[in-house]
Amino acid sequence: MNKIVDKEYYSDNVVRLEVEAPRIAKARRAGHFVIVKPDEKGERIPLTIATSDVKKGTITLVIQKVGVTSRKIANLNVGDHITDLVGPLGQATHIEKVGTVLMCGGGVGVAPLLPIVEAFKKAGNKVITILAARSKDLIILEDQMREHSDELIIMTDDGSYGTKGLVTEGMKRVMDREKVDLSVVIGPAIMMKFASLTTKEYNVPTYASLNTIMVDGTGMCGACRVTVGGKTKFVCIDGPEFDAHQVDFDEMLLRLSGYKEIEQKADQDYLDQHK
Amino acid sequence: MSVSKEFLKEERDQAWRNEIRKSLTAKERTSLARVHMNEVDAMERILSNVEVNTGLTAEQAQCEAKRCLDCIDPTCISGCPVEINIPKFIKRIEQGEFLEAAKTLKETSTLPAVCGRVCPQEKQCEAKCFYTLKLKKEPVAIGYLERFAADYERESGQISVPEKASANGIKVAVIGSGPAGLTCAGEMAKKGYSVTVFEALHEIGGVLKYGIPEFRLPNSIVDVEIDSLKKMGVEFETNFIVGKTSSFEELKEEGYQAFFTGSGAGLPRFMNLPGENYIGILSSNEYLTRVNLMHAADSLTDTPILRGKNVAIIGGGNTAMDSVRTAKRLGAERAMIIYRRSMDEMPARVEEIKHAQEEGIEFLTLTNPLEYFANDKGRVNKMRVQKMELGEPDASGRRRPVAIEGSEYDIDVDTVVVSVGVSPNPLIPNSLPQLEVTKWGTISVNEENLQSSIPEMFAGGDIVRGGATVILAMGDGRKAAAEMDKYFKSKK
Repeated sequence: MNKIVDKEYYSDNVVRLEVEAPRIAKARRAGHFVIVKPDEKGERIPLTIATSDVKKGTITLVIQKVGVTSRKIANLNVGDHITDLVGPLGQATHIEKVGTVLMCGGGVGVAPLLPIVEAFKKAGNKVITILAARSKDLIILEDQMREHSDELIIMTDDGSYGTKGLVTEGMKRVMDREKVDLSVVIGPAIMMKFASLTTKEYNVPTYASLNTIMVDGTGMCGACRVTVGGKTKFVCIDGPEFDAHQVDFDEMLLRLSGYKEIEQKADQDYLDQHK
Repeated sequence: MSVSKEFLKEERDQAWRNEIRKSLTAKERTSLARVHMNEVDAMERILSNVEVNTGLTAEQAQCEAKRCLDCIDPTCISGCPVEINIPKFIKRIEQGEFLEAAKTLKETSTLPAVCGRVCPQEKQCEAKCFYTLKLKKEPVAIGYLERFAADYERESGQISVPEKASANGIKVAVIGSGPAGLTCAGEMAKKGYSVTVFEALHEIGGVLKYGIPEFRLPNSIVDVEIDSLKKMGVEFETNFIVGKTSSFEELKEEGYQAFFTGSGAGLPRFMNLPGENYIGILSSNEYLTRVNLMHAADSLTDTPILRGKNVAIIGGGNTAMDSVRTAKRLGAERAMIIYRRSMDEMPARVEEIKHAQEEGIEFLTLTNPLEYFANDKGRVNKMRVQKMELGEPDASGRRRPVAIEGSEYDIDVDTVVVSVGVSPNPLIPNSLPQLEVTKWGTISVNEENLQSSIPEMFAGGDIVRGGATVILAMGDGRKAAAEMDKYFKSKK
């Protein structure tokens, strides 16, 4: 049982939770994720760790309400408990000094990107960060990102904040202007697909952090499998970060929709019950 | 490790044993017919998860127990990986002392109610029974009797807790709460060690919970066995991945002086066929975990499950049988086993195959999948298979399946469960670079004492064997506990 010690709404649908997990707080590195099962009857889902506080023994998770399980987690309040939380899982991000890095976060993908931005900055890189979202209210962690970036660019689809346009337009502008040595993209699968295609045009090595369907998160089930460079890989133990140019994003998008009909119905039932 | 003949003889010479043995002649005993297990009717049982075998009545058990000749040289014991004193417990049943029978089981087995259900007795104790070896008759139903005694004790509410040596204050960690880990934990607790079992999942029991279905091994039975361990003082930490949540070094700093790794063979194999990543194609581990651990078929839980109409299971092992029978219970109209060899080579237990056949499972033997096809939503809708024939024996001694040219044809499927084996879970080896592993990724151990390249770490079960049975894992857990105990005593 892990207690929620702090909660903040970034928007109606996006919530930051600070959760007691002293061992995980100490062990986790940038790129790691946890598996969360909110209650007895709940489902196990992966969530990437945003930050941790070793002294307080807490980790921070950012959750967007997209289905029953994410709603259940986001609806927990300070003092409530998560029934099951396990981690840190996956391979930590490989951090090194490469020169100029272009960090692209879409939606709540910005949360797991934060520790990576921090680590690359600390390693002595020039860090250019792009935060992208549909509209202003969905831009999160702007101040923290600004603190650890040499330059921060904000892109919104509707132009309600920063520059109007897609993340790829912002990326092109940077790569047209200067040499980028490495890019990391985290966000919705469709965003990562196009961000990856963009950096490929510029021959910039790119990592994407994949968020697939998982059950156990320890290599046991294979629900998270993706094709990377023509080979089947497990996101939970081989990832979650992969060479984005090798990832078969179309297959990943398809696999993400594997339970869509069941999930949508369950979500509607949940919303009807919790009006 | 083996029990001494002198000890067994001493036990056999006890007055009560002599008396019961002499109550019938050998001829009277061998003329009795083997008991049949009571079962729920096939058409009824596929409608729910009810346990298929319902156990023996006390009368049936006592009658079956009479068949046992209480041999001077009980060869059956040599067939049991945990060396249960088989004639002794059976004679206790014949005597009507069922609780004593259960106590005898617990002298060497941590999980008798589990073994009585899932052990392949026909390949172990029952294969070494005098009836099988010398009389060429059906063996004494040792497995049924084991289950009877364990169930009787549990249902009586008078569960005995094994005697424990006085606490020695030494902390040991067991990694993984499957059959190997639970057995090692129980044995170490008996010897007076302070034991903590670390489990990655949210439930204790490992493959007994996530793998073996309710209709073959109800979770409630596993829970009772786990409760017995708790009563013996074993502590459990769920949601804890040793090497990830905390490192080995940290656990050593916390006082753990030795480790037993029984982390299992939790990495499903796929066949790398075209289309294998389409929606609706999943590993048996995923399929069974969703149903057994996450209770996905229960409408009150959140974990989703795909209920297929035409479900194909690839493979012929016990896990394949568990998966195909699960598919039937989830409402499949066609639930098929696709296996590349013939029925004779099928590795699943005879009982599981029999039950599957009764339940209307189709067996497409000498058939191998080649490719999968999907609809416009990416859901698998067809598989191409090829007919096979048996050629020369291969390294496993079984005749090698050879493809028949031009025999390809398509089968309509909407769900495919790949059950072609598992590889060792890499989490523990990955977090301990100094730990030696084999080329298959299993942990290398000294076969004599199950010690790994790290002296304070012992290992057993599928993380060492690759993919074996519950009882072999339990045998390893028991042996490792004995060796770990020796290791501490030699250090003094």
